[in-house]
Amino acid sequence: MSAASPVEVDPTLSPDEITFLAKPWVTIVWNDPVNLMSYVAYVFQKYFGYDKAKAERLMMEVHTDGKSVVSTGTREEMERDVQAMHEYGLWATMERAS
Amino acid sequence: MTGFARHRRSRLVIGTFTGFEADLLRSLASQIVELLRNEAAVPDESRDPFEAMMDFSGPTTAPEDPVLHRLFPTAYADDEEAAAEFRRFTEGTLRDGKAAAACTIIDGLEEAGLPPELTEDGLMIDVELDEPTAETWMRSFTDIRLALATRLGVEDGDEDRWHALPDDDPRAQAHDIYEWIGWLQETLVEALTA
Repeated sequence: MSAASPVEVDPTLSPDEITFLAKPWVTIVWNDPVNLMSYVAYVFQKYFGYDKAKAERLMMEVHTDGKSVVSTGTREEMERDVQAMHEYGLWATMERAS
Repeated sequence: MTGFARHRRSRLVIGTFTGFEADLLRSLASQIVELLRNEAAVPDESRDPFEAMMDFSGPTTAPEDPVLHRLFPTAYADDEEAAAEFRRFTEGTLRDGKAAAACTIIDGLEEAGLPPELTEDGLMIDVELDEPTAETWMRSFTDIRLALATRLGVEDGDEDRWHALPDDDPRAQAHDIYEWIGWLQETLVEALTA
């Protein structure tokens, strides 16, 4: 049981942190034996607008760790991202951010 | 075999194929179209018949064919209901998009001079693709490779297994085609990022 008490919003939260707290979903891309490394990096750059370094880092994460969180956002945003990944033939799923 | 390259001045992506290669590519793209249209994207029929009839949206269960299952993966691993909802709203659109992409390859090859029946020896087919069209080809190459790899059972780091097969083994031939499409796609990615 708990009782409500007046609280003040923490004034030290930056807008970015507030956005993050409101966005508890992630898109995960999984490794598969088919897709080319160059293609996967291309898709991350093209669709998410990531720079080459970030796209390649995420691609290598998929390749070596078997999966990578490629985007974070609202549930609706992640559904759009997963659908786009499937359009590109990447194996993507979504879940609540842990 | 020359693959794709970007023309410096026009910025178009140029690809040159022998008649045989173009014909093979057309046949693979046609098979994708066929596959996508064959197992109709229909809702689960075990539901109330009236409800099912009134529902024109997409399917809610994963496709039985392993190739289609790979092309349309389950979006939520641990939430069947959400996965079904997601599938209902996306699979139809994704199917149409992938079929349209494969048709773009077929149309591109035929517009570049590939006849309905390949009879002529020494025919060369030159395609010139603007950036969005080149990207559509690139996406469809992925679908073709996923289809071939799923049928073959391709796994990570299994190249030796395929190369050890005798040349006349149909699996060896299918794997050669799979590698050829992969090489084409690699040159296409390079051309697009050049």
